[in-house]
Amino acid sequence: MVAAPTRPAGLRKRWLLAGFAAVLVALVAGVSLGPVNLPPGSVAAELLNLLPGVHLDSGLTEREVAIVVELRLPRVVLGLLVGALLALAGGCYQGVFRNPLADPYLLGVAAGAGFAVTVAIVLGAGAGGALTGLPVTIPLAAFVGSLGAVVLTYLLGAAGGRDRSPAALILAGVAVSAFFSAGQTYLLQQHSDTIQQVYSWLLGRLATAGWHDVWLVLPYFVLTAVVVLLHRRELDVLSVGDDEAASLGLHPQRSRYLLIAAASLGTAAAVSASGLIGFVGIIVPHTVRLLAGASHRVILPLSMLFGGAFLALTDVVARTAAAPAEIPIGVVTAVLGGPFFVLILRTARRVGQ
Amino acid sequence: MSPGLRPPRPHPGEAGPAAAVRVRDLRVELGGSPILAGVDLTVAVGEWVTVIGPNGAGKSTLLRAVGGLLAGDGEVSLFGTPIRALRRRDRARVVATVAQSPVVPAGMSVFDYVLLGRTPYIPPLGRESAADLATVHDVLDGLDLGGFGRRELATLSGGERQRVFLARALAQGATLLLLDEPTSALDIGHQQEVLELVDQLRREHDLTVLATMHDLSIAGEYADRLVLLADGRVAAAGPPEEVLTESLLARHYRAHVRVIPGPHGPHVVPLRRR
Repeated sequence: MVAAPTRPAGLRKRWLLAGFAAVLVALVAGVSLGPVNLPPGSVAAELLNLLPGVHLDSGLTEREVAIVVELRLPRVVLGLLVGALLALAGGCYQGVFRNPLADPYLLGVAAGAGFAVTVAIVLGAGAGGALTGLPVTIPLAAFVGSLGAVVLTYLLGAAGGRDRSPAALILAGVAVSAFFSAGQTYLLQQHSDTIQQVYSWLLGRLATAGWHDVWLVLPYFVLTAVVVLLHRRELDVLSVGDDEAASLGLHPQRSRYLLIAAASLGTAAAVSASGLIGFVGIIVPHTVRLLAGASHRVILPLSMLFGGAFLALTDVVARTAAAPAEIPIGVVTAVLGGPFFVLILRTARRVGQ
Repeated sequence: MSPGLRPPRPHPGEAGPAAAVRVRDLRVELGGSPILAGVDLTVAVGEWVTVIGPNGAGKSTLLRAVGGLLAGDGEVSLFGTPIRALRRRDRARVVATVAQSPVVPAGMSVFDYVLLGRTPYIPPLGRESAADLATVHDVLDGLDLGGFGRRELATLSGGERQRVFLARALAQGATLLLLDEPTSALDIGHQQEVLELVDQLRREHDLTVLATMHDLSIAGEYADRLVLLADGRVAAAGPPEEVLTESLLARHYRAHVRVIPGPHGPHVVPLRRR
């Protein structure tokens, strides 16, 4: 073996660049493509014009500029934020629970948030929400619901005993998910006047995204990202076991609670902004892990970049594949995600041999 | 080799050099049932003490209490300082634990695993220094693991893994090493290899070793003293030839054995009754 100096697992520059490039591609593609296709070069110039001190001639008409800035850009930015949050939350849950299957959806977190939001809408908190954007109460309700769900899943999974298997936690998550979905269905049946409103939210709020939604999600995004990214090294320590982490000077349980709260906050923000979008939280972190490295120092930042780009590009597919009709984005992530996941599993097995 | 190794401060009011481990009347209950019912234990600096005893005697619990992973009633002091008075990070610089079967995280390289040992020296939200990396390189070279740095831990054999677990503990720079069943997963050749390595490291770095073990002959060959734990109490303690007697093993293990004297300690040979 060549005695090359061994470096610790860290984020290599080329991967970070690739991540930012993916975000840029998603941004330009997301803004250019739609019912009216705009030339990507002009769109890129118009996007640069948004930066202070830049004045480029993009050649777009005033109406086209309005489409770019007021309609498409907030939608793409929201897609980037939501995708980044879901992928980050997935990577975080997988580390915290030491469970490769953990994901905001499989843990029941998203269903809990969905149930709480439905309650909020039924109680009237969301009155007029479809027109004026996302009411402030919705993310708060979603956070309460997501935390309640993750605590319930954790307790149910832990009821299996000290040596709980990864499957026990996921089974608990499925049960919690089913419970909250049933509650949601019951509520909708009792309050059929709100079905339209709840479903328009469930099937993907990216369609109605305006800047209002972006500003509402942004603080949750920043908080979640800061807390989780600051703990990326601790997640690596937690991956060797609680006893080991404690004997290395950490408070494993304290870190775990903080990270679960942060990931649930991120999930809640994502769910309240965009409804239920599955698969992002499991596909993106796993792909990053396989391609770029298993350390959380690599997985978490790259999951944010590639998760954002993935969802923004998925949204392009969702609104162009069956144009002029839009396919709900959750349907697209599931259709893309299923086969993709099988592919990842097969590749992983081949690499492992 | 290990920066951050600090000479232990003797506890004020204590005469003579403080013991590496001092346990007095330690009681631990788990789920309402007593696991340890008043254990006394002293390990001198530089000594190797191995705790033996039947399954469920409380060996692992005792080790966890000494490592600060478990709180109990009674006194536990490390190098003269009560363990409760130590902050977690400071404790981690004094005592390192190698669990019975440590989790092997998927995809983690040997280098990164050993680097985790530097956690108590890395600021909570910061990153490792050049000195931390140098320590890891030194430890890996010292254990003949220099070529293994980039290898994935999960692809290593049992004996190689055990060396890596020891490397992580050494990188921690702690002078007290707690080993819970360090050789239970290894064949007899690798058992000897690992224990010889521990003994060599103990001499080179002035380490104190407190271990638990099931194989009585091997436990006796390597330890300075044995502590026989039964039903949460110390049933016998002393040099191997005083603890590994046919009558004590019959009483506490319900085992029918022949004990044969050997050059490094008695050999315990199990015999059928019929």
